[in-house]
This record gives sequence, structure tokens and C-alpha cells, in this order.
Amino acid sequence: MKHLFLSISAALGVTLAGAGAFPSPAQAQEPLRIVIDEAIIEPLPVAVPPFQAETPEAGQLAGDIARVVAADLTGTGLFREIPASAYISSIGNFDASVLFADWKAINAQALVTGAVSVQGNTLNVKFRLYDVFSGAELGSGLQFSGTVEGWRRMAHKVSDAVYARITGEGPYFDSRVVYVSETGPKDNRKKRLAIMDYDGANVQYLTDSGSIVLAPRFSPSGDRVLYTSYESGFPRIYVLDIGSVQRRVLESADGTMSFAPRFSPSGETVVFSLTQGGNTDIYTMDIASGRSQRLTNTPAIETAPSYSPDGSRIVFESDRSGTQQLYVMPATGGEAQRISFGEGRYGTPVWSPRGDLVAFTKQNKGRFHIGVMRLDGTQERLLTASFLDEGPTWAPNGRVIMFARETQGAGGSSTLYSVDISGRNLRPVSTPSGGSDPSWSPLQD
Amino acid sequence: MKKLLTSGLLIAALSVGACTNPNRFGSDGAGVDTGINAGNNGGVIPGSANDPTSTAFFQQTVGDRVLFEVDQSSLTAAGRATLDGQANWLLSNSDYQAVIEGHADEQGTREYNLALGARRANAAQEYLLSKGVPAARLRVVSYGKERPIEVCSNEACYAKNRRAVTVLAGGLIS
Repeated sequence: MKHLFLSISAALGVTLAGAGAFPSPAQAQEPLRIVIDEAIIEPLPVAVPPFQAETPEAGQLAGDIARVVAADLTGTGLFREIPASAYISSIGNFDASVLFADWKAINAQALVTGAVSVQGNTLNVKFRLYDVFSGAELGSGLQFSGTVEGWRRMAHKVSDAVYARITGEGPYFDSRVVYVSETGPKDNRKKRLAIMDYDGANVQYLTDSGSIVLAPRFSPSGDRVLYTSYESGFPRIYVLDIGSVQRRVLESADGTMSFAPRFSPSGETVVFSLTQGGNTDIYTMDIASGRSQRLTNTPAIETAPSYSPDGSRIVFESDRSGTQQLYVMPATGGEAQRISFGEGRYGTPVWSPRGDLVAFTKQNKGRFHIGVMRLDGTQERLLTASFLDEGPTWAPNGRVIMFARETQGAGGSSTLYSVDISGRNLRPVSTPSGGSDPSWSPLQD
Repeated sequence: MKKLLTSGLLIAALSVGACTNPNRFGSDGAGVDTGINAGNNGGVIPGSANDPTSTAFFQQTVGDRVLFEVDQSSLTAAGRATLDGQANWLLSNSDYQAVIEGHADEQGTREYNLALGARRANAAQEYLLSKGVPAARLRVVSYGKERPIEVCSNEACYAKNRRAVTVLAGGLIS
């Protein structure tokens, strides 16, 4: 449950909107704001002192939640945390007024305060965001309620609100990632499906490692996962319900292979590759009826299809020109337009949730890159370079991309990384063992 | 009002069916036909590599794999020669089925390599069919870059990983 506990409307991050809570001397300051697309970003100094424990049971969580909020914010590369050792004043009562001069003196431009209470298994978290130099609240305080074991989600909700208010971008911290967990050397690698919070916390396994599993993909509502498994001895597509961990195969004809599935935005249709007689084409299947439709029909390899957010078009890769390139076609098939024309080979296109960009894997001169371009093929921008970067997936806000990086040689292993679409803030995602084929969920409800 | 946090617990592990790919890397010859040589050829240990009807013989002497150039699925002259031997062997050992496994090196994206491995397996299959091996005895599967046999990251290893391997299954049906 979520409700405003101040009367001021929560116009997110655009203007200073805290006037109702604390009388603040209006100063001639720019609103607290990070514009991410600026060429150089100086991380914004933020203080996240421990939240107040309003019940005895909340003591530990009050500190832990503030730590997760700080980690979320600094993990974007857009914020720098003022260490607690620099604090001049501490935050007393959540509703007491803030001594802005003490926070200004240590150059904290943003201040996040919060309070935590526990009743039974119910956890309540409320927070306020202050623009220290204006001496005013930024947006209104919010309260979230949930379960005690879901405390990290509550922290991510706070971070999402802070991030959205200061950047004007959509939130993404309260989300999950399904991926392939990897152990063992390259010639005996064990793979199993795993799901985790976006930051690598709360890893749970969805399959065992008895069969190769590949490329899980979230449903638009985040409740199901499509993936490819060799459980039958041949690659087949399965749909797995995350809540019950029940799975079923999407039937395909004997002697065929099916792989590279993705949901349509409605969640009712799967687009995928089917290989028959050595030739790989793109098909759709209605999940309920099993009825399928062929979308491409060429001798080329056509694979890695991904829907536009409105479901009207599909971006995919084909080697019909002689090398792997990206194409866009109507969601019902038909004539495809090539969109990639740079040097090298392009694969694994993924349409951004905002609809404005496609992320892809590029292979050129023995190196791999994750990149983005507009849907007309212009403004190509390579975000990474390594021996083997592959398989981008979009954060729910379309600002951040996660992918897998495999290192070379006999001891090589695969690790998940994230990077901002500006190319900044490349960083590994911590997982218990190796990881590949990430798929980012939509924002959770 | 917004409902938060109805976190469903996940079962940590889930049992999936055992791999149905029999004896994929094995060459122990268990259950292999002793065939016409049984009992009248003192030098031949049934099922061993010097038993010409054994899977070990097929793997080591006939040659169970053909290799491919970078991003190619057309058969080389050496590949065709190996497949000629495989076809002859399969025609004279008609109790065996085979699954042709196509593979790629790690220099490529996962989906593309699956499709490329399928092209390679299909090329080998088409050649065997053209030599008279019945279609009912052959199946194909691609592993893409999922099952390299060599782990170094240079051409010496990649060349061995770009392969189509004919894996025998079945043997004598008694």
C-alpha cells in the first residue's frame, strides 16, 4: 500500500514541491536535478543517514534499508554518497525539521531521511527527499507497506522515487532479472535458470542443471518466463510460471529445433526461431491455442526477434545480405527493412521499452560490443568493447542495459554487467557464480 | 493505494528429466553388436576400437566428425571423404541410428551459432542421405557454441569446435 502523507501533490522531480511541509526560505537556486544526457556528469552528493526505527523490531532494518537506498543511488554513477563520518548533525524524529546548514556544510546536495516500523510481519517505510541548498523538500514524503522479508523491495521503492524525482527518468530499481547461472569450465559448463533482484540480491534457482538452458525472457507482466531447454535432447521452448515454478513445453514438430523466444507486449504470443532442414526462420505462436504463423521464409538465418513496445513491429537479425544484420518488419511478417549498415556484424537486437532505440551485439575486427541505435539505423553508439560481450536487455526505464561478458581462454567465465546507455557506469552485477543471457523484468507493482 | 510485496516463494530447485542423449561421449561399446565376427576372430575384442562394427571403431577409425571454416557450413573435401566413410559404415551397420550434432566456435552470438550449427549438421545429414543412408536413421541437433571440446580462445581450438559430429545411438536391437 502506498499513500501520500503530505497534502502536496507529488509532481515528480520537476520543481521544488515541499512548501507545505516545512516553511523554507526560497533561494535563487536551480532545482535539484540531474540531466543524464549531459556530456559530463559530476555525481550529485547525497546523504542517506540511517532511517529512524519507530518500533523496536525495526532497528536493524532501519539501517539496512538506508544502505540499500544508498547503494541503489550510487550504483547509477549519478550520485556520490557523503560518508556518515562527515555528518555534523544526525536526523532525530522523522517529522522534526532538518538543520539544513549542517548538511550544506558537508556539501550534501540531496538528503534522504526515512523511518521504519514493524508490526507483526508488516513493514512500513516512509521517506522524505530534501534539496539541501534550497532548504526544501523535493516532492512529498511517501510511505510504502509490505512484508518484513520483502524489505529490500521497500528500499528499492524509496530509491526509485528519489531517482525519478532528481533525474526525471522512470524508475527501475524495484525490478528483477532472470538469467542463466553458469558453473564449470567452458567444456563442461552447467547452466540453470536463476532469478534475482536487479542488484544481484535474493538469487533463486528455477531449474536444475541437468539440461542446457538458454536465454530466458520475462513476460510483460513479469509472472512468466520463456526459455530454451535441451531437456528433450533437442532445443525446445518452455514457458515457466515463476510463482509455481511449473513449466510446459510449446509443442513443435519432430525434427525441428525451436529457440530465441520472446513474448509479444500482450503476453499472449511468442515470437521465436524454428529450424527445419538446416534453415532457421521466424515464427509466432499463440500460447493458448498453439497456433503458429511463419513470418520469414528465406534460406538465410533469421533469429533473435524482438517486438516493438506497441506490438506492431519486430526487429530481428538475418544473414540474408551475407552477414548478420538487423532488420525491422511488421509484426505479421512481410517486407523487412535493413537498419544496420556499419562495419561488422550485428545480432541480438532488443527494442527499448521506450521505443526509441534498439540495443544489439556487434562483432567487428575480433571484438564484441554492446551498442544502441535508433530504429532507422542512425546514431549508432557502441557502449562497450571486449573479447565477448553479448545479449543486451533493457532496464524498465530504457536507460540502463545489462548484458553478459565472457572472458577468453581455458579459464574463461561469463559475468553479468550493466552500463548506462550513455556508455557510462559500466559495472559488474554480483552473482553467486557465472551468469549469462540476462532478461530484465518490468517494474514490479 | 498500491499493493506491494506479495512475494511468492520459489522452490529452490526443480527436478527436470534426465538427459535422453545416450552415451554421448562414451565409447565403451556396451551393448554393441558382436556381429559376424563373434567367436571367429580371435584378435578382435568385441566393442573395442579394433572391432569394425563398434562405435569406438566408427569414432576413431572412420572418423565421427567433420570440421568447417569460419562462419561456413559447406563441406570441405576432407569432410566429404570422412562422410563417405561414415555412409559406408552406416550402410553396413544398419542397426545404428545416428544423431548429427552441429557446433560452432565461441566467436558468435548464441542464437546465430545455434542456427549455424544447425546448418552444419544439416550439411552432413544431406551428404549422408545422398549416399543412401535412410533418412529414418538420421536426426540432427545443434548445440551452437554450448559444447566446445577445446577451450582455448584461438583458431587452433576454434577450428576443432566448428564441427558436425555423428553420434551413434541404438546399436543392435536384439
